[in-house]
Amino acid sequence: MQEFTTETVETDLLILGGGMAACGAAVEAAHWAKKNNMKVTLVDKAAMDRSGAVAMGLSAINQYVGLKDGENTIKDYCDYVRNDLMGVTREDLVANIARHVDSSVHLFEKWGLPIWKDDKGGYVHEGRWQLMINGESYKIIVAEAAKNALGTENIYERVFIVDPLMDGDRCVGAVGFSVRENKFYVFKAKAVLCSMGGAVGVFKPRSSGEGAGRAWYPPFNSGASAYFTIKAGAEMTCQEVRFIPVRFKDAYGPVGAWFLLFKSTATSALGGNYMVERRPELENWQPYGAVKPVPANLRNYLMMLDVMEGKGPIYMQTAEAIQRIASSEEDPKEAKKKLKELEAEAWEDFLDMTISQALLWAATNIQPEEAPSEIAAAEPYFIGSHSGASGAWVSGPKDLAPDNYFWGYEQMTTVKGLFAAGDASGASSHKFSSGSHAEGRIAGKAAIRFLVNEKHDGINYDEAIINGMKDAILKPLKTYEEAQSLSTQQDVNPGYILPKMFMLRMQKLMDEYAGGVTAQFTTSKPNLERALELLDLLREDSDLLGANDLHELMRCWENVHRSYQAESHVRAMLFREETRWPGYYFRTDTPTMDNENWSVFVNGAMDPASGEWTFKKVPIEHVFN
Amino acid sequence: MPSFVNPEKCDGCKALDKTACQYICPNDLMVLDKEQMKAYNQDPSQCWECMCCVKICPTQAMDVRGYADFVPMGASVVPMRSTDSIMWTVKFRNGNIKRFKFPIRTTPEGEANPNGGWDNDPDLDGPTLYTEPESNGLDAVWTKGGA
Ligand SMILES: Cc1cc2nc3c(=O)[nH]c(=O)nc-3n(C[C@H](O)[C@H](O)[C@H](O)COP(=O)(O)OP(=O)(O)OC[C@H]3O[C@@H](n4cnc5c(N)ncnc54)[C@H](O)[C@@H]3O)c2cc1C
Ligand code: SF4
Ligand code: SF4
Repeated sequence: MQEFTTETVETDLLILGGGMAACGAAVEAAHWAKKNNMKVTLVDKAAMDRSGAVAMGLSAINQYVGLKDGENTIKDYCDYVRNDLMGVTREDLVANIARHVDSSVHLFEKWGLPIWKDDKGGYVHEGRWQLMINGESYKIIVAEAAKNALGTENIYERVFIVDPLMDGDRCVGAVGFSVRENKFYVFKAKAVLCSMGGAVGVFKPRSSGEGAGRAWYPPFNSGASAYFTIKAGAEMTCQEVRFIPVRFKDAYGPVGAWFLLFKSTATSALGGNYMVERRPELENWQPYGAVKPVPANLRNYLMMLDVMEGKGPIYMQTAEAIQRIASSEEDPKEAKKKLKELEAEAWEDFLDMTISQALLWAATNIQPEEAPSEIAAAEPYFIGSHSGASGAWVSGPKDLAPDNYFWGYEQMTTVKGLFAAGDASGASSHKFSSGSHAEGRIAGKAAIRFLVNEKHDGINYDEAIINGMKDAILKPLKTYEEAQSLSTQQDVNPGYILPKMFMLRMQKLMDEYAGGVTAQFTTSKPNLERALELLDLLREDSDLLGANDLHELMRCWENVHRSYQAESHVRAMLFREETRWPGYYFRTDTPTMDNENWSVFVNGAMDPASGEWTFKKVPIEHVFN
Repeated sequence: MPSFVNPEKCDGCKALDKTACQYICPNDLMVLDKEQMKAYNQDPSQCWECMCCVKICPTQAMDVRGYADFVPMGASVVPMRSTDSIMWTVKFRNGNIKRFKFPIRTTPEGEANPNGGWDNDPDLDGPTLYTEPESNGLDAVWTKGGA
């Protein structure tokens, strides 16, 4: 095997990831660090300009509270989030994000993001909380401010982070490798912010062959945050909550503008509107069945019931919606103009954030103003910032958090010195792009406060442990090289498993036993237990992963990361003995919601030394009322 | 629609130390075949079709061909990105063509000022973040006891 040099970087605050949360942390921490003579370093596996979930752009900012114009209150936002998550939400975290999110949005606008304006100069809302943007360059603009704040000399791109560095119970850095040159990286830090996004590819995708990368969530967010926090020994929360978006079928183009802006309806192939026809089903999920808007998982569920009864395909009635809006203009000339405008808006919605949907429409000759288009539920994803909630359990802010949700520093996990934000932090759903940025800022400031208050010069780095990590992380290259002669074929070899097949094996078992697409999102205790047995064998075989270059080495570790997200998900679903989020998953052996026993957070942690998990219930405390 | 490279147009970014497509792909898919001096996508099945590579390629050598597992052949979506706007040409399977132009930013490239012009100095201990409360458009950051 070729030699790998070791590069050691010493810093005060280490930001992992270069996405929305990391960029927020960078602008905030840079300010406080400068005042306190500290150094901030950021590491991203890709190029910050286009890394993470916003790589392609977005067509909407999904969280804007509108405090300055008195549009909504903080409590309004908390109510919305709690109801959408069937009651399971940290109100202190949600309120904290909500009170800062508008300022992130105002900063984006100053930095150059075009936000749609109405005739009076106000923001154009897509829905109550959503703003329409021309967001093709959203990520480039947000990254630019972060880069200008940090200075490019403090940014490491194309370095893949694998594991946390620990000194006893404190997180003191991270290790990883360059995907461009033979370099092993050791980042020694006094505080670490984990913001490496959520996870896709844990479950089998609906798409196949060369299309397998077409998931709603980007294939390059592969569970690094969950793995990193779990391996550091952090308590995790809401690991049973997955997100299954309903989107335009196959290409997963966004439906938000259609439902919210164009007020479109979706129907079965028979023309029935499941949201109307199946309303009585909502009675079974009270009190959340009665709230408005109906929680995302319940909307999914009503649609799935139609599909399971053979009433599919399900259609978004785009033509109806567009014609209705256009015909509200009495002047035929105006109506024609309006139609043109709507058409451009509809296409921009895709071109800004899911280009393949535009291509699919073009390839199937769909004109949304003329014909409806199919929608469907995607496969499960883990994303603490959108409508999921999985992530690390973090401290709330002093002025809002109930006592048992507070341990000194906002966004700090239960591991000293380790902070989490964006998709990496749990139970504070619906932060989206803007709220993730705001949460990153909160974490960035809190981390510097931690560093100022808790000076610590005696951090111990055990070089023998670090060298052991280097060997373990590079091992797939060695395994591959040593076993090569055992087969005339590169892909079939008794001495190693390539990361792609490792991933497919995980996806198959998760799909079949843990409630994936093929299982119609249903699972049960025996199925989950079987999933754990198979995951165990998979974990053993991770020792036999083989890689023939740096790219494949990254793929190996991405899939090890995913396997930890898989295991914590299965264990958490097993622990929660009820069905709380039908439409995300359904436990057939406990098919109803049990508010009496399960109106709680499910928190779990893995002992990093033994690999043993322990789970517990944590009471839900309210900030309001 | 995995990306692909048109060999006639790709010049390998003139052998600079890194090619544009390789630099930008968030999934590390684009690589340069150094013998041919042409780029290619090393694993189309992990391509998100984000078109970051297509938008950045200086010679317009890159395009995408719809994912073969569900996209019929014959259509194309081509971006032309400039410093302040993007032009899209959407070609349908039946030959129809639509063009759209959208703004992408309102400020000169590179000049985003991290504090947005709200340079202030709040307290490290309180809930107020740098640039707040001015950047909120409020007199103070909301607290539970407050407004
Ligand atoms: C398809 C889609 C549509 C969406 N639409 C909207 C919308 O319309 N409006 C809205 O407001 N929000 C939307 N969102 C949500 C929004 O994109 C996320 O909430 C936000 O990006 C989360 O921020 P983050 O920083 O946690 O993760 P990301 O922004 O995804 O950043 C993750 C970062 O971690 C890096 N990384 C990952 N693994 C590693 C590793 N091992 N080592 C080093 N770096 C690593 C990545 O390269 C990236 O820089 C959408 C999301 C998706 C997927
Ligand atoms: S960016 Fe374009 S010209 Fe440069 S290597 Fe890639 S495909 Fe070739
Ligand atoms: S389309 Fe996106 S994911 Fe695919 S090769 Fe280009 S930059 Fe990479």
